[in-house]
Amino acid sequence: MTDFAIETKDLSRIYKIRGNKKEKQIRKELVALENVNLTVERGELFGLLGPNGAGKTTLIKILTTLLAPTSGWARVAGYDVTQHPNLVRPRINMVSGGESSGYGLLTVRENLWMFSQFYGMPSKEANQRIVELLKMVGLEDRIHTKSSDLSTGLRQKMNIVRGFLTDPEVLFLDEPTLGLDVGAARDVRKLIRSWLDADKSRTLLLTTHYMVEAEELCDRVAIINKGRVLACDTPANLKRNLQRDAIFEIETSPLNGLTSQILQDQPEVKKAALTDIEGGARLELILKEESALASVINILTQKDVKVRRLTKREPTLEDVFMDLVGQKMEDVEKEEAPHAV
Amino acid sequence: MNRSETTRSFTMATWLGWQVESNWTDPFLFAIYVIIKPLASAAILVVMYSIITGGAYNSPLFPYIYLGNAFYTYVGAVMAGVSWAVIDDREHYKTLKYMYIAPINIPFYWLGRGVSRFLIGTVAVIVILTAGVLFLHVPLDLTQVNWGLFLVSLLLGVTMLAMMGLILASITLMVAHHFFLIGEAVAGALYLFSGAIFPLEVLPAWLRPVGYVMPITYWLELMRRSLIGEVAQAFPTLAQYSNLQLLGILLGLTVVFAVISVFTFRWCDYRARELGLIDRVSNY
Ligand SMILES: Nc1ncnc2c1ncn2[C@@H]1O[C@H](COP(=O)(O)OP(=O)(O)O)[C@@H](O)[C@H]1O
Ligand SMILES: [Mg+2]
Repeated sequence: MTDFAIETKDLSRIYKIRGNKKEKQIRKELVALENVNLTVERGELFGLLGPNGAGKTTLIKILTTLLAPTSGWARVAGYDVTQHPNLVRPRINMVSGGESSGYGLLTVRENLWMFSQFYGMPSKEANQRIVELLKMVGLEDRIHTKSSDLSTGLRQKMNIVRGFLTDPEVLFLDEPTLGLDVGAARDVRKLIRSWLDADKSRTLLLTTHYMVEAEELCDRVAIINKGRVLACDTPANLKRNLQRDAIFEIETSPLNGLTSQILQDQPEVKKAALTDIEGGARLELILKEESALASVINILTQKDVKVRRLTKREPTLEDVFMDLVGQKMEDVEKEEAPHAV
Repeated sequence: MNRSETTRSFTMATWLGWQVESNWTDPFLFAIYVIIKPLASAAILVVMYSIITGGAYNSPLFPYIYLGNAFYTYVGAVMAGVSWAVIDDREHYKTLKYMYIAPINIPFYWLGRGVSRFLIGTVAVIVILTAGVLFLHVPLDLTQVNWGLFLVSLLLGVTMLAMMGLILASITLMVAHHFFLIGEAVAGALYLFSGAIFPLEVLPAWLRPVGYVMPITYWLELMRRSLIGEVAQAFPTLAQYSNLQLLGILLGLTVVFAVISVFTFRWCDYRARELGLIDRVSNY
């Protein structure tokens, strides 16, 4: 048997949503995950990248034994999450960002110590580790502060320490840097790297909707949208497919009715996205050939749109996402916003 | 079952429960709360009793009611103490999901969370009983108490209440937040059906069976008999049963409730994972 840290096979999850009182009989179904097949090796830092509502949290909940899959199966640390949750749980831990959980009446140390005891850690070892980890995220001077007196950002740091404290085989971090300021996010990313570097058998799966985070941090990234994994590879390989394409960013005067559709109808334009900016717009273009730029400029001129700045750049994961989905991630989120949980 | 897993679940939950319950900013206020609240509720009962009976404190009815009410404190304390942890962890501290994925035994964790309320309830019961003896002539003579019967009944009764608490906790896992008073609500409802403040004969015949299947009924009777034997026997409800028979019934019903609690937990746990309820937070 191969010893993957995480393995899923045709994993799907459907949420049944009851209508409101008037339409009680109508039962809507929402497909949050659809036939997800992933394998994560031990020692990997694996990223799930996708917009809000893509199904990232749902996947983490299934992998951490909080939620049952509708169909398919998943193994974590070698054990099936549905059949053997009691064998999976001692081997994992999980932290979700963007929420401030914890017992406010307890100090930072007490909160963390208590969890270490639930995991059966020797008390002395736990206390040493707590101090070490708090130092690494710059929280050691708050060790005796009641956690209710911490800011949300610091509470989130405390929770992240809780995840690392028990030294799991597989650690799940759901948007660990969500809502953290730049410095705190950097501390957390540093902690992630050094924890993984210290022991090559440790595995970490994190979700994010920050492109840069996925790109800089992760060994491999799965791009997920509307419950489906669209691509899964190293950031470099994901971008390599776009290397032959030419990627341009153009800042222009107001668009005068120009739409991304008009641009995409051009044969050489693979994908185009428009964003309104102060006093004008920004075009992001993925072109099959650099020469196609001429026809784009032509269209702009016809519409009386002035080019203010034009840059050619290397592909990013953002471009990979746009190439796969046809929209920028933030535009997907804007569309989804009214339904997002 | 992993013994060290159950032990640490229970002991750490007890520690946590005690921190959460007693970690008030002002220990003086906490002490007042532990003493004043039970006395106030006992006082209400005494006032009602004196209005209805014209102050017949010498009637055997009085100690019957007084003791029933005093020990009923445990019903609310233990049932609410155990089941409240679910709501507290899920809604308030947002830690239920982290407890759930930890290698602990969840039922033992919940039981541990109920210990502090049990201890506070014990203080309340002692305060109420002392007040009754000192000021209201409740005929409680410590040299006449059947201590063996008392301790065995207390132990069995608290176990029984803890099993009922587990059933409530499991159900709480499944239901929305407006069940946040489920523990107190169930305790309040059963108050009338378990012979706490009047014999079951007072109830309409069709309601009495509720009292007869409730282990609390037999437990309260045992507590009264162990403390002030003959007075309690002046009441018809369970008079034909010997102490041993009552203990047997209580033991049997406790086992039944323990079995029910295991299956309720398994089923609710399964359904909660199926429906995604474990980390659901309702928006107040
Ligand atoms: N408990 C639930 N009941 C119904 N729908 C849900 C529930 N949780 C999530 N969803 C829906 O499932 C989809 C995926 O959600 P989620 O896994 O939270 O996405 P992400 O973490 O990527 O933002 C979303 O459309 C969301 O609205
Ligand atoms: Mg999410």
